[in-house]
Amino acid sequence: MTEQRETRRIRFIQGNEACAEGALYAGCRFFAGYPITPSSEIAEVLGEKLPRLGGRFIQMEDEIAAMAAVIGASLAGVKSLTATSGPGFSLKQENIGYACITEVPCVIVNVQRGGPSTGLPTGPAQADILQTRWGTHGDHPIIVVTPSTVAEMFTETVRAFNLSEKFRTPVVVLADEIVGHMREKLVVPATGEIEILGRAKPACDPSEYRPYDVSRGDVPPMANFGEGYRFHVTGLSHDATGFPTSDAATVHADQVRMTRKIYGRLEEIEKSEETETGDAEILLVAIGSTARSARSAVRLARERGLRAGLFRPITLWPFPDARVRDLAKKALAVVVPEMNLGQLALEVERVAHCDVPITGVHSAGGEAISPAQILAAVEKAVVR
Amino acid sequence: MGFDYMKYLREEKMPHIWCPGCGHGIVMKALIRAIDKAGLDQDRVVVVSGIGCVSRMPGYLDFNTLHTTHGRALAFATGVKMADPTLHVIAVMGDGDAVAIGGNHFIHTCRRNIGITTVVANNSIYGMTGGQRSPTTPLGDNTSTTVYGNADPPFDISALAVAAGASYVARTTTYHAQQIERLIVSGFENRGFSLIEVIGPCFVAHGRRNRARYKSNLDMYREEKETAINVTATKGKPQSELMGKVTIGVLHHAPMPEFTDEYQKVIEKATHVRTI
Amino acid sequence: MKNRKHIVICEDAKTRITINRKWCKGCEICVEFCPQKTLLMEGDKAVVRDIASCNRCMLCELRCPDFAIEVSEGTGR
Repeated sequence: MTEQRETRRIRFIQGNEACAEGALYAGCRFFAGYPITPSSEIAEVLGEKLPRLGGRFIQMEDEIAAMAAVIGASLAGVKSLTATSGPGFSLKQENIGYACITEVPCVIVNVQRGGPSTGLPTGPAQADILQTRWGTHGDHPIIVVTPSTVAEMFTETVRAFNLSEKFRTPVVVLADEIVGHMREKLVVPATGEIEILGRAKPACDPSEYRPYDVSRGDVPPMANFGEGYRFHVTGLSHDATGFPTSDAATVHADQVRMTRKIYGRLEEIEKSEETETGDAEILLVAIGSTARSARSAVRLARERGLRAGLFRPITLWPFPDARVRDLAKKALAVVVPEMNLGQLALEVERVAHCDVPITGVHSAGGEAISPAQILAAVEKAVVR
Repeated sequence: MGFDYMKYLREEKMPHIWCPGCGHGIVMKALIRAIDKAGLDQDRVVVVSGIGCVSRMPGYLDFNTLHTTHGRALAFATGVKMADPTLHVIAVMGDGDAVAIGGNHFIHTCRRNIGITTVVANNSIYGMTGGQRSPTTPLGDNTSTTVYGNADPPFDISALAVAAGASYVARTTTYHAQQIERLIVSGFENRGFSLIEVIGPCFVAHGRRNRARYKSNLDMYREEKETAINVTATKGKPQSELMGKVTIGVLHHAPMPEFTDEYQKVIEKATHVRTI
Repeated sequence: MKNRKHIVICEDAKTRITINRKWCKGCEICVEFCPQKTLLMEGDKAVVRDIASCNRCMLCELRCPDFAIEVSEGTGR
């Protein structure tokens, strides 16, 4: 059963609601979660709408269980979602790593609030930037997308599902409290307007099936439980058959392959938006709600005759190294506003190789960064 | 012709990793026989486990098999069952997996009465990590983390499941191999969450550290035989006579609505609301 | 398995006992708890002492953790 709509609909809704709508549009039919501010609306909307579409919703006993249930449901062939915020995202890390090593598609939404620990439950932050990349232990690739508008809460959730199915990987939608709770116009696309992808299925006979057979590419075809393939899934390092191995060469090669499957196809994953970067001498790099202030700051700077431009990663991880490097090379200064004490700036510094002075604009107390604060940093950067 | 175990085993993975005299193989055999007896479709069976010695079981079984993270088997199994309620979902865990790190999932899965047949192989020790105290290690026992004797009181797993609202709770020991099979089969017949606790030995990591009671793994099986009392034989017996005994058999059976059945009603209600 | 030399079959008209010597880990459970004392240990492997004494109660098979001993009806061969 699917919700078929032949025409677009215009709605005025909250970012979290748009995320839930995006998940349904992408074909998500299972949600497992645990109540947490500021993401609970995603669970509430799906608790109401999933059963209408024949889907299933469950409120689990904790965040760990919610992540586990999502992986279990995906293995049985159902596109699955969970949503949380910092404290819950920390708890989920164990099983996010499980989804990485077993290559089970699933989507995790993290609507960021202030941390660490319980921190600021209703205050926005962008301090989980590095945790989304390296939160679970061990080397692993992961894809993270960062919406900045209500419309993007919809489209990026759809894209997150598509990427997760296409690459057999968990994908994180990294929002922040402001984007999650703000209300804006959303044009819900008609059915078919955005292409919806599913996982590649095995073409072989069940007796021949190897769940991690990469002879035809780095993303192995995936059977569902119950279809007759009877395969084994383990969080232990495994070979192509899916069974554990501790053979150093096999495990190393598989780790390299899992990283390559994401980092080797960046052109299919990377997405960003640029504002006035063509001649920019002062480069701003910002994500999420902070990028909205940064865009205003660019306009204000231009009005004052300053050649500022904004680069906004929409795919945050893999980090857009090449483009940031190019833009930073042309710039006289880089300003990185972010609601933390400097995380995105670390990546910019890494790729810009210290060729250019980098200034941060920080807010870690649960308040948004204003265009005026960013403009001040831009003006200061010019003087320097 | 005898029983064809190879139909259900991934023969190339055998022999299994469990130590000589370990009871996990007895549990695996009983589970295989129970699945066969219940006539479950091999392609529609999903066996889920956590981490620990007995959690290696799915690797040997030719079904859809899922070896998850420590303590989380029931949470993964819940997702599988919710995604496709027609699958036969079986969870296999050890004592540490089920009621220490996985205790929260355990009580909530009992309460929810979702259709997962759960076998807990309780050997009162963390075997794989080298014999540390588990949540079911008896008081006074020597383990690698309780070298002066265990002061940390143990859980009664079956009693915990009953208290948490499970609809079917049964217990036996690895000595009572035929009964394990029977209890699993009747667990399959209960619509909802079924717990079968199987008390078993771990001579290598537990028995050897408590030589006063156990000279070999055989002493541990003898103890299972001698301390077990069938639940039907406990009726009318004073508590004093049951001290030190292990009650076996179907300890609790109180059928109640199964969760995915109830959720199907939610789907029907939601669909109906939409059309009126 | 191609090489089946490790499979030892002992059989009379009523009973057939099959022991997989490769899988037997020598735990002695089958020997210790056989009500008929049909089995015994020979080194670190279980062997049939007296096939005629077996009453096919199956307990050795059910209690063997290693899938190493199986009991079935004899084929009379």
